[in-house]
Amino acid sequence: MTHSDHLHYKTAWRDFNEGVWQTSVAVRDFIQQNYTPYLGDDQFLVTKTARTAQLWQELSVLIQQEQTKGVLDVSADIGSSILAHQPGYINKNLEKIVGLQTDAPLKRAIMPNGGLRMVQAGLEAYGFTLDSQIEVAYHRYRKDHNQGVFDVYSPEILACRKSAIITGLPDAYGRGRIIGDYRRVALYGIDFLVKEKIREKAELDAADFDNDDLQVREELSEQIRALNELKQMAANYGFDISYPASNGQEAVQWTYFGYLAAIKEQNGAAMSIGRISTFLDIYFERDFQKGCLDETQAQELIDDLVIKLRIVRFLRTPEYDELFSGDPTWVTESIGGMSEDGRPLVTKNSFRFLNTLYNLGSAPEPNLTVLWSNALPAGFKDFCSKVSIETSAIQYESDDLMRPQWGDDYAIACCVSAMRVGKQMQFFGARCNLAKALLYAINGGVDEKSGICVAPGFEPIRTDYLDYDEVIEKFDHMLDWLAKTYIKALNAIHYMHDKYHYERLEMALHDRDILRTMACGIAGLSVVADSLSAIKYAKVKVLRDDSGIASDFAIEGDYPAYGNNDDRVDNIAVWLVETFMNKIKTHKTYRNSVPTQSVLTITSNVVYGKKTGNTPDGRRAGEPFAPGANPMSGRDKKGFVASGASVAKLPYHAALDGISWTATSTPDSLGHTLADRVNNLTNCLDGFCTASGFHVNVNVLDRDRLLDAMKHPEKYPQLTIRVSGYAVNFVKLTREQQLDVINRTFHTHN
Amino acid sequence: MHPTSHHPSIPPAHVNAEGQLAGFVHSFDTGAAVDGPGIRFTLFVSGCQFHCLYCHNPDTWHLHNGQLMTVDEVLKELKKYAHFLQFSGGLTISGGEPLMQADFVGEIFRRAKQELKLHTALDTQGFLAAHLPDDWFDSVDLVLLDIKQMNPEKHKTLTGQDLQPSLDFALRLSTMKKKMWIRYVLVPGYTDDPADIDALATFVDQLSGVERIDVLPFHKMGESKWLELNMDYRLSDVQPPAQQSIDWVTHKLTLPINSSITRCVKQS
Repeated sequence: MTHSDHLHYKTAWRDFNEGVWQTSVAVRDFIQQNYTPYLGDDQFLVTKTARTAQLWQELSVLIQQEQTKGVLDVSADIGSSILAHQPGYINKNLEKIVGLQTDAPLKRAIMPNGGLRMVQAGLEAYGFTLDSQIEVAYHRYRKDHNQGVFDVYSPEILACRKSAIITGLPDAYGRGRIIGDYRRVALYGIDFLVKEKIREKAELDAADFDNDDLQVREELSEQIRALNELKQMAANYGFDISYPASNGQEAVQWTYFGYLAAIKEQNGAAMSIGRISTFLDIYFERDFQKGCLDETQAQELIDDLVIKLRIVRFLRTPEYDELFSGDPTWVTESIGGMSEDGRPLVTKNSFRFLNTLYNLGSAPEPNLTVLWSNALPAGFKDFCSKVSIETSAIQYESDDLMRPQWGDDYAIACCVSAMRVGKQMQFFGARCNLAKALLYAINGGVDEKSGICVAPGFEPIRTDYLDYDEVIEKFDHMLDWLAKTYIKALNAIHYMHDKYHYERLEMALHDRDILRTMACGIAGLSVVADSLSAIKYAKVKVLRDDSGIASDFAIEGDYPAYGNNDDRVDNIAVWLVETFMNKIKTHKTYRNSVPTQSVLTITSNVVYGKKTGNTPDGRRAGEPFAPGANPMSGRDKKGFVASGASVAKLPYHAALDGISWTATSTPDSLGHTLADRVNNLTNCLDGFCTASGFHVNVNVLDRDRLLDAMKHPEKYPQLTIRVSGYAVNFVKLTREQQLDVINRTFHTHN
Repeated sequence: MHPTSHHPSIPPAHVNAEGQLAGFVHSFDTGAAVDGPGIRFTLFVSGCQFHCLYCHNPDTWHLHNGQLMTVDEVLKELKKYAHFLQFSGGLTISGGEPLMQADFVGEIFRRAKQELKLHTALDTQGFLAAHLPDDWFDSVDLVLLDIKQMNPEKHKTLTGQDLQPSLDFALRLSTMKKKMWIRYVLVPGYTDDPADIDALATFVDQLSGVERIDVLPFHKMGESKWLELNMDYRLSDVQPPAQQSIDWVTHKLTLPINSSITRCVKQS
């Protein structure tokens, strides 16, 4: 380091407590040494300034136009990259934090490296045309991720995709669910980070140069390149980010630049921002001490950042929208949680982020996720409950479950996937349809909708009544086949993604040696649990069509349904989660990633339902599954505490990628006054957390309000609800998705 | 207290084939937070002598519509939530009319209190309370007393039964220093006459122990159940009360009462 280098760091880091974070990349250490827990309530918060109101208003006009058109504009002439577009602004004179994905707000970029086919389909759907030069380039000179994957898929995998026993695979676009540690840009500046990467690469000079060594070396070179491009991108906006941020505004701006570079290059389904609020609070507190920042200005910076995060956009296809409805981007920010030493990680910035839901109105993005612990300060807990009751925009995940597993500097990718920031990534694997797998077990691998044999080599059940033991045995074998086929598909996808659409900037903001997980997922948990319960506790008669396929089932008698805190069926659900996890674990995974699974569907429960025939629980063909780990809509009849108690039995150790529950309560049933409601919701969250519940989306809504919003969408532009794992503008859901939400169980007061 | 002649008596207690005390249970619900303080485990037992025109659970009127459960079975179910309810709320027994099965209900309260340390609330119109000794209420922390109307004639029209037992019970609870929440369903044309509201305000004013008055606006969510049961729903044309009316009644009822009462305005 030169003398002037030293001066830069000394100035930027002045008044911070010292630590190992100064000599190596260690953001957690910096936070632990420097943050100020806030134990009070929300009284200090301020409302938006006139400037913020005007900026948001100007943007709202564009958002309204976008809502009408579907897509406001696309930059169809440039394959996006960190430096592809000139700087863009909403209103340069008003913005405190700058930077857009392209050269204009809400103008979407195309990212052909993920898959040119999806780019073309997305453009066509909204009436745009791909620049012919790009088309030529990808046909003649370069291959994309999508092509790579389909080069290696087996016929069996293709059949599984087609029959939708495996769906939502990221084989045509960015896989997402990788969180760069964007805080590193602010804390260290680019030059420090580049030096670290050069050092990491040099350490491997003496390696054997086998496949793995070469892959890592090439990746490190790409990472260094990406960091330098990020520096140039910031320079184009007039900022030199070679060195660390030296105040609150710079810290927000530097961090956002890091994130912005990532979303210029990657269109992953989920592009989470991480866990930045408490980190940034350290800069704000220092500025407060120096007297160069006040509360109004601090809130303005967060409001401005959140405005940017609300307009992250990707070009999607109508098919994608069917799966993940409402244009979600999962800009997930994880807020709160506890330090390993017992101090809450709640700061004033934790409140300021939530306060944006008041200052800018309710909104689905960023996906504000509260890391809940029973030990959180009461003032913060009650503020979260109040925000939930008034906006239905936030979700909760148990820090008490995750902290022992992932430490105290993890963040949530997408909906429920925890990962240590900068030290861990996942290979996103969407999910497979266990309800269909059960039907395959009954029908000997023949798809109940198409009549095609998708899983070869299995015998169907031939008896009139389903025998529990026989069904379990056949189902077990079918799950073996499914797990194997599924992991093969995921290995293919992630090999090709690394090869053709590597996340060089996001990974530049990781350590070199990281933990990788292979994040599998399951859909249809409650359908299978209830079906097996029906087979076990009632009698289920098979009704076969002319070709001999079990096309319907007649249930004689009653059966206990999952979601009523009844061990007879809840234990079946637990068994299913553990059994499938154990099967996944037996397979070899790409880059020796650690297999995990989630019980999460996002909104794909509707499409899964559409593609699955009648099931033995009485669910009709085409009817949506319950989302995530939810009980089937209307079958949880004993109130939401009983419903949550059933979900909380699912073991986190067998679903380390997360277990999603979405609960909707009416305002009336939570209490007569706001104070009562807040107190009751806080108690419910504590109760769910104590019972080892993992995740809950809290909606506090009346069904009538949603019905009215379907009729008069213009009256509800910002009505936000939590679906499965993300929040969404209700009016942006497809009609089918809206109906699914309305038909879900609303826990009301009798 | 001795029952007067116009009081129908409490039906005899049920025992199951093994001789265990049992009762008819309509259903239970977990999570509602308006039937007593905090989050409640609400046990709905069946049977009611009132046949209120606006009743939203007419399927609970007949005792035998419920499922026969022993006290042990109810306790087993309740116990699953005991830890949670200890800090978040408690047990409420509602109905139907819980006092129709006083032995069953009383035993559940006693054991919920002793074994599970739960806060307990009884949701009743008090019609049969005169049959029960004071110590029956020892295991009840809070009584949610439903007063349907203050005018005896209108009460009879609305519920099919006499008003006086409910008022007697309120006065008795007041003497016993029991905590109460008074609940009043506001039905346009049936319970919103200012004179009746005044009478209720005056009556409540003389009671001690009233912690809260809930004005519950009439809603028609029960109508479909009446139709399912092939019963004639006479309030089809009645609309829910206007917010203004709810506010006015709430104001009237809470105004004369001592300041310890929570002024509870139902939020829409």
